[in-house]
Amino acid sequence: MDLSTLRVDFPLIAGRPDLVYLDSAATSQKPRRVIESLKRFYETLNANVHRGAYRLSAEATEAYEEARKRLARFLNANPQEIVFVRNTTEAMNLVAYAWGLRNLKEGDEVLVTEMEHHAGLVPWHLVAGLKGAKVKAIPLTEEGRLDLSALDRLLTERTKVVSLVHMSNVLGTINPVAEIARKAKEAGALVVVDGAQSAPHLPVDVKALGADFFALSGHKMLGPTGAGVLWGRYEVLEGMMPFLGGGEMIREVHVDRSTYAPPPQRFEAGTPPIAEAIALGEAACYLMEVGMEKVFAHDRALLEYALKRLEEVPHLRVYGPRGDDRGGVIPFTLGRLHAHDLATFLDQEGIAVRAGHHCAQPLHRKLGLAATARASFYLYNTKEEVDRFVEALLRIEAKYRAWL
Amino acid sequence: MSVLDELYREILLDHYQSPRNFGVLPQATKQAGGMNPSCGDQVEVMVLLEGDTIADIRFQGQGCAISTASASLMTEAVKGKKVAEALELSRRFQAMVVEGAPPDPALGDLLALQGVAKLPARVKCATLAWHALEEALR
Repeated sequence: MDLSTLRVDFPLIAGRPDLVYLDSAATSQKPRRVIESLKRFYETLNANVHRGAYRLSAEATEAYEEARKRLARFLNANPQEIVFVRNTTEAMNLVAYAWGLRNLKEGDEVLVTEMEHHAGLVPWHLVAGLKGAKVKAIPLTEEGRLDLSALDRLLTERTKVVSLVHMSNVLGTINPVAEIARKAKEAGALVVVDGAQSAPHLPVDVKALGADFFALSGHKMLGPTGAGVLWGRYEVLEGMMPFLGGGEMIREVHVDRSTYAPPPQRFEAGTPPIAEAIALGEAACYLMEVGMEKVFAHDRALLEYALKRLEEVPHLRVYGPRGDDRGGVIPFTLGRLHAHDLATFLDQEGIAVRAGHHCAQPLHRKLGLAATARASFYLYNTKEEVDRFVEALLRIEAKYRAWL
Repeated sequence: MSVLDELYREILLDHYQSPRNFGVLPQATKQAGGMNPSCGDQVEVMVLLEGDTIADIRFQGQGCAISTASASLMTEAVKGKKVAEALELSRRFQAMVVEGAPPDPALGDLLALQGVAKLPARVKCATLAWHALEEALR
């Protein structure tokens, strides 16, 4: 699947031909349409939403609510279930505090996985610590998949939440969320999905996933920073108290008490990131027009091509499962070279990759590695860029062989 | 790549592969650790002070080429020095890698790390052991 004709839509990509950007798992580049949407909002629509009696504010509100509808369409959800937040991290904290703090009790368990991003771990540590609940993890197999044989043992009547990543930001593993969600629901647990990597790269249908919550970051899916989404099943959102309190999320306020607006406004305290949410809506439209099946197929084709070509590089080790359940992310190490040194050498060749633990320390501990370098692909990357990446690695391997 | 760059690469490689003064110093009178949470690199610096002289120094830990070579070069540079001299060297070294100050001949082999000033993402690797040393001497 060749989407390389889309490259011209991305001013940064088009404007920096020497750069090979392989860090979209950290943040994506933005199409002109999204950048212009931000500009257009501030030049033609800027007003606060949900309050002004004047036409400009009504128009801003309409654009903001239209963005909510677009994100709902993107996830196959209802607009009332789309809560605008800053990013996945905020969404996970919202669930942990607004649901977890009020529902978890001493002895309860939150079941996570060994491949979680810290955003899927630390909020639960904070809340479980306050409530005397425990956080347990589904272990990984050697190939980097979840060991589902452990699920029946780990899922008990004490399990109140199953919180897991849809696609690993390190290994690229796509987890069988629907299957796990079905078992978790049978056990009576709430199911929370960190979709930070899956939403940008594969078709997501929250109804088919069977989860209660799904979190995404707009900036990883062609949108601006500062706007993300928490999708929540309406019945669950309706039964929850707010996370943050303030303007916009209330029904009635007295000096000593208040009542709250229905979802999604109940969870959007204060002036939201209006321009960013509207631009995220534009990004979602762009992706829907390309087609998420095509985006996924493009990532997969680059992944397969890269994994094949990387075999040419001596001393290179790549991690992650081999199979269809893998997105366009490649963690790798080169001999004994430290991942940060490797990333610096690649940077000198114009290749942008990330190095470190990628906010997944438990996963790296499991792999027995302090850090990995990581290349990740998106719809604007090409086979020629994979070639440049591999050739740079070949040169580095030859030049620094003594270090390996 | 210039001859000078090559030479620096040799010094860094040498100290990365065979770090000097690496290991535990059981008779240490001062010690301090440092960690870079973004990459997991860690270092422990152990110092034996006799009066105000650094009679011996060792370090251990794990890290990238820059942090390991920097720690190794540091131990060689400050061993036998007075505390005040070591702190002054630390100041000059950090002026070079953090602020990009021009090469200071007093830094000797530490000049091999001069290029780090042009790699903002790696400055913390080069200063990790020095911060630990300063804390140990404080």
